[in-house]
Amino acid sequence: MTSTKIPRKASAGLVILGVFFLMALLGPLVAPYDPSAFVDIPLQPPSRAHLLGTTGQGQDVWSQTIAGARTSLLVGFVAGLAMTTIGAIVGAIAGTFGGLVDDVLSLLTNVSLVIPGLPLAVVLAAYLPAGTKALLVVLVATGWAWNARVIRAQVLSLRNKDFVAAAIVTGESRLYIVFREILPNMTSVLASCFISATVYAIGAQVGLEFLGLGDMSLVTWGTNLYWASNDAALLTGAWWTLVPTGLSVALVGTALVLVSFSLDEITNPRLRAVSDWARALATRGIRPGASTPVVRDHG
Amino acid sequence: MRYLLRQLGLYVLAAWASLTLNFIVPRLAPGDPASAMFARYKGQLQPEALAALREAFGFTGGPLHEQYASYLAHLFRGDLGVSVAYFPAKVTDVLGMGLGWTALLTGSSVVVAFALGSLLGVIAAWRRGGAFDTTLPPLLVFLGAFPYFWLAMMLLYGFGFTLDVLPLRHAYDDTLAPSLSFSFLASVAEHLLLPATSIVLASVGGWMLSMRSSMIGVLAEDYVTMAHAKGLSPLRIMFHYAARNALLPNVTGFGMALGFVLGGSLLTEIVFSYPGQGYLLVQAVRSQDYPLMQGIFLTITMAVLAANFLVDVLYVWLDPRTRGR
Repeated sequence: MTSTKIPRKASAGLVILGVFFLMALLGPLVAPYDPSAFVDIPLQPPSRAHLLGTTGQGQDVWSQTIAGARTSLLVGFVAGLAMTTIGAIVGAIAGTFGGLVDDVLSLLTNVSLVIPGLPLAVVLAAYLPAGTKALLVVLVATGWAWNARVIRAQVLSLRNKDFVAAAIVTGESRLYIVFREILPNMTSVLASCFISATVYAIGAQVGLEFLGLGDMSLVTWGTNLYWASNDAALLTGAWWTLVPTGLSVALVGTALVLVSFSLDEITNPRLRAVSDWARALATRGIRPGASTPVVRDHG
Repeated sequence: MRYLLRQLGLYVLAAWASLTLNFIVPRLAPGDPASAMFARYKGQLQPEALAALREAFGFTGGPLHEQYASYLAHLFRGDLGVSVAYFPAKVTDVLGMGLGWTALLTGSSVVVAFALGSLLGVIAAWRRGGAFDTTLPPLLVFLGAFPYFWLAMMLLYGFGFTLDVLPLRHAYDDTLAPSLSFSFLASVAEHLLLPATSIVLASVGGWMLSMRSSMIGVLAEDYVTMAHAKGLSPLRIMFHYAARNALLPNVTGFGMALGFVLGGSLLTEIVFSYPGQGYLLVQAVRSQDYPLMQGIFLTITMAVLAANFLVDVLYVWLDPRTRGR
């Protein structure tokens, strides 16, 4: 496999993401009805007039799913970007400067890592004014630490490379080295941090809105599930008010994870060697466990 | 020992940080924090309850450091204030009702997910590239991408509503009084099955993937090759040689995952009206019961920190190399 070819996993993920992005972008153009308007008899199963049925409040589920994609994806990606940026700044500074700076920042990171996210998010969201901005703040505040830890570890391993030593000898400032030498050389790590942060943000956002925290007048995937559960969708058998939204969240999440796996494989030759090795063994009908791989993929 | 002390220091600091966050967040809210908080209770609260709340949360009107001191003093006496939703019950009493159920649900599902995921990871790594290894991980990743509570809703719909084989809500049959009898315990187990399954389904994939990758690393070690060469049975090599060592990184992840799974299980409890902390949480959110919300945050944080420390102790016991540090 050459590194220029996009792996199958990644292309599947990119196609799914593309479909959802189009949905979010073109939302109002493709949606047959106003997502928050009362359009028909409540709790109708899927039919030709309403492809995915209607909600307990007589709204069109298909239109709601499309409209939800816009807000949920926007919040997810913006929060993911913010978390990666903060994580990169904290992680890079901790990793490069070392010493006391590193001790303080690492301690801060570890402390925020062990405090459970959702209960903290609930307390924060309850006190902040309900709205998209507040939600973003809550998501970033509870989710930045993991990225900082991952990026710090990567910076530490890059810090002793020759090109960094060369930059130091040239007399570049430390901040220049962090942002112009080290960070650009770990693009794939930053990308996979961004992806996992986005997955977290979308999931946490849906969870908080399902609890009733956030702006309940907006149409998002989280509020869709909140209203479905409030209208006792399950006890009336209205599965169609739940399935489209849940499936959308899971598809976007899976697509992001698929892209992230392939990023690892493209940028980490060791992983690629392992999968090539496994494939080579499989085509020869050899049971992989019984043999010793030539490449060690750890350490 | 130094390792454990350092970890303990981290947890004490994290505990202090969450106590302080709990103090600061209400005061960071826009506008005058005290009046903003109490404006929402207008007409719902007796004056003495309001006074008790003010005092318990340190809204005494004095300078900030005095408020903080009084807040800490109340906390150490185990006083978290009075619940608004369950007025006039104390927050600590309300929390006590739900703590056991959450511990039961989260504890049992985390242990099952960990054991099952690790076992699947071992098998997948052993038969790397095989049918099992190529089909199961993507499937579990897909399942793991669903929100926990959404899987719970689907299980509830399928098994509880459509097939009507398992109970829809609560932790035990309403007609039974809590006792140590067989019928009560059976009812608890029956009610536990669906919520626990949804958490296991959503979290097993993560355990499997991390176990698989650490197992692949261990399988390349010389001592595994040596074991093969000695002609040991594959099962013995798989579990006694490889899996035992590959399990260590997964144990470290255990504490970290606990906080995440707890968050998911709080939402799952809501779906099943399971009378744990999550169920209390939604009551607190709906009735804007801030003291209860903050109490839940504090108890869950303390529980997660304690569990993390236990995992660290376990890790030292499992891995002799950490004892030297």
